[in-house]
Parts: sequence; structure tokens; C-alpha cells
Amino acid sequence: MDKPINNRAWFLVVPVVAIVAFNAILPLMTVINYSVQDTFGNNQFFWNGVGWYQELLDPNAELGGRFLASLGRNIVFSLIVLAIEVPLGILVSLCMPKKGPGVAFCLVVMALPLLVPWNVVGTIWQIFARSDIGLLGWTVNHLGLDYNYTAGFFSAWFTIIVMDVWHWTSLIALLCYAGLKSIPDAFYQAARIDGASRWAVFRAIELPKLRRVLLIGVLLRFMDSFMIYTEPFVVTGGGPGNSTTVVSIELVKIALGQFDLGKAAAMSIVYDLIILVSCWIFYTVMTNTREVRRERLA
Amino acid sequence: MRGSRYILAAYLIFLLLPTYWLVNMSFKTNTEITTTMSVIPLAPTLKNYIEIFTNPTWYNGFLFSLTYVVLNTLISIGVALPAAYAFSRYLFLGDKHLFFWLLTNRMAPPAVFALPFFNLYSAIGLFNTSWAVALAHCIFNVPLAVWILEGFMSGVPREIDETAFLDGYSFPRFFVRIFIPLVASGIGVAAFFCFMFSWVELLLARTLTNNQSISSIMTRTVSAAGIDWGLLSAAGVLTLIPGALVIWFVRDYIARGFALGRV
Repeated sequence: MDKPINNRAWFLVVPVVAIVAFNAILPLMTVINYSVQDTFGNNQFFWNGVGWYQELLDPNAELGGRFLASLGRNIVFSLIVLAIEVPLGILVSLCMPKKGPGVAFCLVVMALPLLVPWNVVGTIWQIFARSDIGLLGWTVNHLGLDYNYTAGFFSAWFTIIVMDVWHWTSLIALLCYAGLKSIPDAFYQAARIDGASRWAVFRAIELPKLRRVLLIGVLLRFMDSFMIYTEPFVVTGGGPGNSTTVVSIELVKIALGQFDLGKAAAMSIVYDLIILVSCWIFYTVMTNTREVRRERLA
Repeated sequence: MRGSRYILAAYLIFLLLPTYWLVNMSFKTNTEITTTMSVIPLAPTLKNYIEIFTNPTWYNGFLFSLTYVVLNTLISIGVALPAAYAFSRYLFLGDKHLFFWLLTNRMAPPAVFALPFFNLYSAIGLFNTSWAVALAHCIFNVPLAVWILEGFMSGVPREIDETAFLDGYSFPRFFVRIFIPLVASGIGVAAFFCFMFSWVELLLARTLTNNQSISSIMTRTVSAAGIDWGLLSAAGVLTLIPGALVIWFVRDYIARGFALGRV
């Protein structure tokens, strides 16, 4: 089942290439152009070589300090979020009914947070977590714990992490559920005859089947949490202080807040390169699994 | 497992509770919100919703957002259909690289593009129009649509194409009459995800307009008198409606769409 070679297929691809190139290549060239220049306003630009990049990667410089700190916060955020969402998502998917009227209900409720506009996700949690008007904040404070996400470091981090868990755990759960559904009933029957424990069934039957969807889920969540902007922007605005300022928030501050074109551009390029590497891993995983499927079919 | 039912119930409550709180708030007056704490509105009011449907800033915000979202969905699906067909049926020079390059644009952080997009769309005179946002959102929605559609099209056996061509169908006629109905569910899923990802995006929509999209109007309910919580909640509830309306039809495809058609 090899696909025929046909270079005229390019004609079918041209519209896509044109529209994406217009949006991707022109802006990217602007960014590269800015990243090697300095400006004193009035549209006068001066060649600055790799100056901004040196400053960006130097932890002692003002720019480098800010970039590396926000990068560190972002990595910590991504790791915490993955460490909670992946096990929780697997657990929930295992608890979901396999058939019956409950399935549709579960799917709809679980998909709900995924379809909420990102700024509304922020609004929902802002309203839910405030200590004066929010159910969560009010309850926690009345239990005697000091909780205020606009002032406390831990409260702010707690809020954005719980918010992300609320927002995205269902994605992992739904992916795993799709993986679990593809396991034939005969596997479970065989396990029951062998008298396998629940844990043994999970380890020997379910987990191997889930490996592929989990890999996709983890990579998707890693990349999306790595470029998170809207939700923390709405809830904490990056504060208190800079404690929840992730890379995207820092970048928008420098680019659109201070209009420091050179600095913002250099930061964009490095940020984009990190995403590009993750993306390549993702692509390899995605296309590899297809080769495997094709071999199985052959 | 008996425990599984409780775990699932706890998780579903965790998902619904914050959303319920938003709905609850939207039926309260600001005085009630700030002075009492109750799980149901004590004096339910439609004041916040009436304000949104009668104030042009608000309802125009919704219309503006819907305009660029619909435009974007139409453009994305329109250009992605032939491209996805090419990727699913033929090998051609640079196909793998092109497919990867599309993916990188789906994954690129919007924050990187905010500033150059502002320059680009100002330069071509589209700044502050729904076309600017519709075209800008193509950067992630076109690749998304191509990937999802390619996944669905690869599931259609190639013998169908060959038979149709032997029967004397021309390519355009075959594509519209035979092929598109075969991948109709895939087109539905791709359109749904384009709609959704354009609808949920804030940063580019805010950068490319002067506070016209509903998402940026919502960030401006803060006034000298404080935040208008009731109004903000009501607007939030209304933004959930497009997703809630179609969620039932795509419930079995949610995982597949998010995984770019690869599950």
C-alpha cells in the first residue's frame, strides 16, 4: 500500500502554504530582523549583532535574569501540572463506564472545560477562588487557612495549578479512554480466568495499550503548558510580584508593554527554538506510530 | 470496582462546581455578590443579561468575535481540504518537511507572533477588522485542519478514488461529489476544532483590534467603581454557549480532534 509519487500534488497544497507562509514567514523574518538591531525610536535602527542574545542568556544581565527566571518558573509549572494531570487522567479514564447511558454524560461533562474560552477559564477561577465572593476562597479562609491568590505566593501558585488541572485533565482522561476502548474484551476475560489482580490487569494489559496515547497526551500538555498565557494573565496578571510570570507573559510585557523590540525579538527566537525541538519529538512520535500501524496492516 | 464510581463522581463535581459558581453569580446583583455568600441567588435577576443584550459594546463584541471565528473556520477548511487530500494520497517532493513545518506553526506560541502581527496587519491596512483576526488565527487553525482531515482521509480506502477515476469522473467532480461526503464527519470535527480554537484565543484577538472582540471587552469590566462581577459572569456564561451547543455532536471525537486526528 505505497502511495504513488506525484509532484503535481503540490498544486493542492499551494493555498495552505501561501496562507501559512504569509502568517509565519513574514512575521518571523521581522522578528529575526529586530533581534539583531537596536533602536532609539524614530525608526532609526542600528546593527547590534548577537548582543541581545548574549544579554538574554547571561543570568547576570537584567534581561537574562528575567528570561531565565520566567523560563524556570514555566518549567516548574509544566512539570507540576504534568505530574498531577497524567496520573489523575489515567485514574479517571479507568473509572469511566465502558457502556450505558452514563458514557455520553461523562464525555459531555468532561469535554466542557476544554471548550471554555481561555480568558473565561481565568474569569471562572478568579470568581471561584476570591476570598470575599468565591466559594473556594471563602471556604478555605473560613477553615482558618490564609488564602489570597492576589497576595500570597503559594496561594497564587495553588490557584493557577488547580485551574490548569481543572482545564486540561479531561484531555488526558479522554485520550486514555479512547485507548482503553480499543482493548478487546477477550483480554479481560483471559485475565479473569487467570485470576489476575486489578493492578496486574492494569500493568499487563491496559498500560501497554495506553503508551501511545499517553505519549501524545504528555507532549501536547507539555507544549501547551509551556506557552500558557491567557489563564494566569487573567487570574494573577503574573503576580504577586513576578511569582507567576511565565515566559509568554514576560515576553508580552517586554514586546507590547515596553516596546523593547530587540530584546523581545531575541527572546521570541530562543523561545520558538525550544518549542521547535519539542515539536520535532512530537512529530517523530506521531508519524512513527503510523508506520507501526501500517506494518501491522501489511 | 465499587470505588470507581465515587472517584468519577468527585471528579465530575470538581469540573462542574466552578462553572456552576459562574452561572450562580450571573443571576445576582453586585450588591448581593459582595454582601452575601449563598449557593443559590437569593433574589435572582436577569439584569446582567439584559445589560449585555441592550448595550451595543457588548453585543457587538459577540458579533465581532463570531464574525472572525466563522470567517476563519471557512478559510481554514477551504484551503485545508485539498491539501489534506494531497498529503493522504500522494508522495511529493518535500511532503514530510511540509507536514512538519505546518505542525510547528500549530505549536508556535502566539506571544511570539503578537508584535509582528501587529506590524504586518497595520501595514496592509487590516488592523482592527475581523479579517485581521480571521487571517491571523489561520496560523494555528490551517495546520490543525490539515492534520485532522489527513487523519480522517487516510481512513478512506484508495480503491474508491481509483474506481471513480476509471468511471470517468474528473478530479474536481470526484472530490466534491464522492470524496467530501465520505469524509463529512472529519470535516465536521475539523470545523468544530477550528471554531473552538479561534473562539478561545485571546492574545492575538486583543492585539489586532481596539478592544472589539468579546474576550477583550471582558477584560475591561474593571472600572473606577471596582469590577462588575455580575456582568462579567453573565458574559462568561454566554461565551460557553457555542461550545455547549455542539458538544453533544462531537463527544466521541473530542480526543481525536485534540490529538490532531492521530488517536
